[in-house]
Amino acid sequence: MYAQALNAKDAAPAIAEDPVKLAVFQARIDAEEKIEPNDWMPAQYRRTLIRQISQHAHSEVIGMQPEGNWVTRAPTLARKAQLLAKIQDEAGHGLYLYSAAETLGVSREELYDQLLSGRAKYSSIFNYPTLNYADMGAIGWLVDGAAIMNQIPLCRCSYGPYARAMILVCKEESFHQRQGYAIMLAMARGTAEQRAMAQDALDRFWWPSLMMFGPHDSNSVHSELSMKWKIKRFTNDGLRQKFIDATVPQAHYLGLTIPDPDLRFDEATGHWEHGVIDWDEFNRVLAGDGPCNRQRLKHRRDAEADGQWVREAAAAYAAKQRKAAA
Amino acid sequence: MTEAATPLWEVFVRPRNGLAHRHVGSLHAHDAQMALQAARDVYTRRGETQSIWIVPSTAIVASDPSEKDMMFEPTATKIYRHPTFYEVPDEVGHM
Repeated sequence: MYAQALNAKDAAPAIAEDPVKLAVFQARIDAEEKIEPNDWMPAQYRRTLIRQISQHAHSEVIGMQPEGNWVTRAPTLARKAQLLAKIQDEAGHGLYLYSAAETLGVSREELYDQLLSGRAKYSSIFNYPTLNYADMGAIGWLVDGAAIMNQIPLCRCSYGPYARAMILVCKEESFHQRQGYAIMLAMARGTAEQRAMAQDALDRFWWPSLMMFGPHDSNSVHSELSMKWKIKRFTNDGLRQKFIDATVPQAHYLGLTIPDPDLRFDEATGHWEHGVIDWDEFNRVLAGDGPCNRQRLKHRRDAEADGQWVREAAAAYAAKQRKAAA
Repeated sequence: MTEAATPLWEVFVRPRNGLAHRHVGSLHAHDAQMALQAARDVYTRRGETQSIWIVPSTAIVASDPSEKDMMFEPTATKIYRHPTFYEVPDEVGHM
């Protein structure tokens, strides 16, 4: 998902780095040493990481919205508590990640500004609407499942603070996927109407989930350096294949049909072969023209504006307390 | 954004009695009380905590990585500080 930023082209002009420092840096990376905030690093490594980590953080924060839509309408108190806990985790994940990005010398205020002004992106998946409660199951199972595929290799990212944040995130994320699958399972074992809801949710979220892994490797020319610097460990297609191979049998267990008529198991390779992904749709959503892009950003801007008086009051109170103590 | 930056705090958590507080991350808050409450929400959601410390990030004094050779190199050259430097005859047995 969450590694979509690594598919973007680095727009800044290339700077000639000191070849000796660059060689020492690459040797450390090759030796699987972690790079820490105060260590020397190429300017492009820093920029790539700021972009990647902050877009990951934005994804977590925006990712609360599709689920927040169903908190008050979850079918039972237990399901409501589970959904709240998952959303709270996502807020926490966003905060770990913003903190990791800040170690690279960018401020929290700057990062928020990039999101709210629309300059920064977040994962394309959150621009799809959640039409009914079955979508909570599909999102947990598929979207969080795809996120985990992306995030587990990021635990071994060469940048220490990012890797450490990802370890915390992955520990908590497994609950998200399992609670999603539990919802799907309950619906699959339920009434005909519930089974139809589960199938409908799978139909709508399957292709967008596959798109989360980003363009095919043949069209993803910008990730080479990220691989060399061990920010990224696996290719888009490699991760997508792992996700499909893991998920198809889970769908079959539910008695649901993957909405891909070309899907077939290749005996020779042991992998599931998928049909053609609609990259026009992916590019449209990424460029801002998905079903919910405007709504998601407006909601985030409104929340920021509504919270302004709280931040001002907290700052004023802290200043008063400091004055009284002086 | 015109607002001033909110102060940064470092968070240390003691997961169990018998273990030291360990650095888990950082957060922004206007005062110590809010930082402590936010630290609980952000870093202890799975009930694995006995106690939290928060420290203003500006209060931390750190060694300079560019001086690390001067700071830490002597430990590598003073090999006589390690027990393996000293030979004990096999006949003496474990020491």
